[in-house]
Amino acid sequence: MLKLRDILVELYRETATSLPYEIETKLKKIFKIENSNAKEALKVILENIKMAREFEKPICQDTGVPIFFIKAPFGISHNYIKNEIIKATRIATRNIPLRANAVDVLTDKNSGDNTGIGFPVIYIEEVNNSKLIIELMLKGSGSENIGQIYKLPIQEIGAERDFDGVRKCVLDAIYKAQGRGCPPYFIGIGIGATKDQVTRLSKEQLLREIEDKNKNSLLDALEKKILKDINKLGIGPMGFKGKTTALAVKIGINHRHPASYFVDVSISCWAHRKSKVILKI
Amino acid sequence: MKEFNIKKRLMLPLKEKDVLSLHAGDFVLLTGLIVTGRDKLHKFLVKEKPSRKEIPFDLQGSVLYHCGPVVRKKANNYEIIACGPTTSIRVDMYEPEVIFRYGFKGIMGKGGMGEQTLNALKVNHCVYFHAIGGAAVYLAERIKRVVGVWKLEEFGIAEAMWALEIDNFPAIVTMDSYGKNLHNTIEKKSYEELRKLIRL
Repeated sequence: MLKLRDILVELYRETATSLPYEIETKLKKIFKIENSNAKEALKVILENIKMAREFEKPICQDTGVPIFFIKAPFGISHNYIKNEIIKATRIATRNIPLRANAVDVLTDKNSGDNTGIGFPVIYIEEVNNSKLIIELMLKGSGSENIGQIYKLPIQEIGAERDFDGVRKCVLDAIYKAQGRGCPPYFIGIGIGATKDQVTRLSKEQLLREIEDKNKNSLLDALEKKILKDINKLGIGPMGFKGKTTALAVKIGINHRHPASYFVDVSISCWAHRKSKVILKI
Repeated sequence: MKEFNIKKRLMLPLKEKDVLSLHAGDFVLLTGLIVTGRDKLHKFLVKEKPSRKEIPFDLQGSVLYHCGPVVRKKANNYEIIACGPTTSIRVDMYEPEVIFRYGFKGIMGKGGMGEQTLNALKVNHCVYFHAIGGAAVYLAERIKRVVGVWKLEEFGIAEAMWALEIDNFPAIVTMDSYGKNLHNTIEKKSYEELRKLIRL
């Protein structure tokens, strides 16, 4: 049987070099409807996706911040999993290779192996079944830098504490981002009581598949409305003008405090790299 | 390879007349020598002001590419594995001085740059090329040779200055030497839409 470490190295390889097929399919579809420079850019992007998979090379040179979302059954040591992730990260960085992205804030030195304080990011929760589910997202920083957190109400954009206020925040974030984070974008939104909670929640939404329908019909309608509005902005693929600025909008909610209404907007570039492995324990 | 709707093929280093022939919106293919430089290198060039002689490559008329590549060391040289553009706006505050001091005729990156750089492009007859963000393997295949590297020990792989010989490297002129900025045009248009959508 394969060791967890080896499985994790392969998970890294798959995530860095092979874009999820549903995203590739979607990009092929929008290639048909876009024009001019946006179309030329999509042509290169589609070619690049194919080449990266064939040559097993990273789709993008920014192999990002590795973020792990793990669901572990009762009885598995979380520390064991974390240690295996650290070891796998070092091996993957050397062998695939990934770009070393972990920089020490004190010395400004790059650790050289993608490990460091809080690096990679690892979220583990215990679940009530016998499967160990590991999801990895390689979060590029061009798109991470254009994310925003909002504290409603915000008078300047007329955003009150309701769903329409949420919609206005997201439109404001994408307007401010323009093409700087490599659109077409994937957008995760988290609504809730505290800042730390909504930022994680919005990231988790980025794990959802494009066609994944929100179980709550109100949120489902809001996701569709926001996506439609974003695509009216006309920013387009790579910011070159066009019909498609975003491919998906996903919303997650927590209960909020009467005094707080936080909205976090997490954005991923078109090269939205994520993979999942499910292990029977 | 699929054919592009190519407007121009350009040989580097760029000459004055090349720059003046370029307009925002042109799709180009670049061939010749470029150098990479991102956050740390820009800060270093402006703070420490190394002379042109201290830099081991001839930068006159060259293109400065905002890129932190993935590189594999080989026996006698390096292999560029992935090399798409990084977001240019982060070095906006340094760029006018860098263009002026080192004689670049092209800046390449993604996302466009601010008013100060746009002005520097105009004053120094320089142009901004927008590469295709995330197309890192495709673009790495357009690199024929690693000519050399500067500041590798000090800055690390991603932040060093790599001199690369490129061949038919695709990019789009989004800011030209006449003060035209496609990003501004698109932003203004999107602002009109935004106003309608949030009833400002």
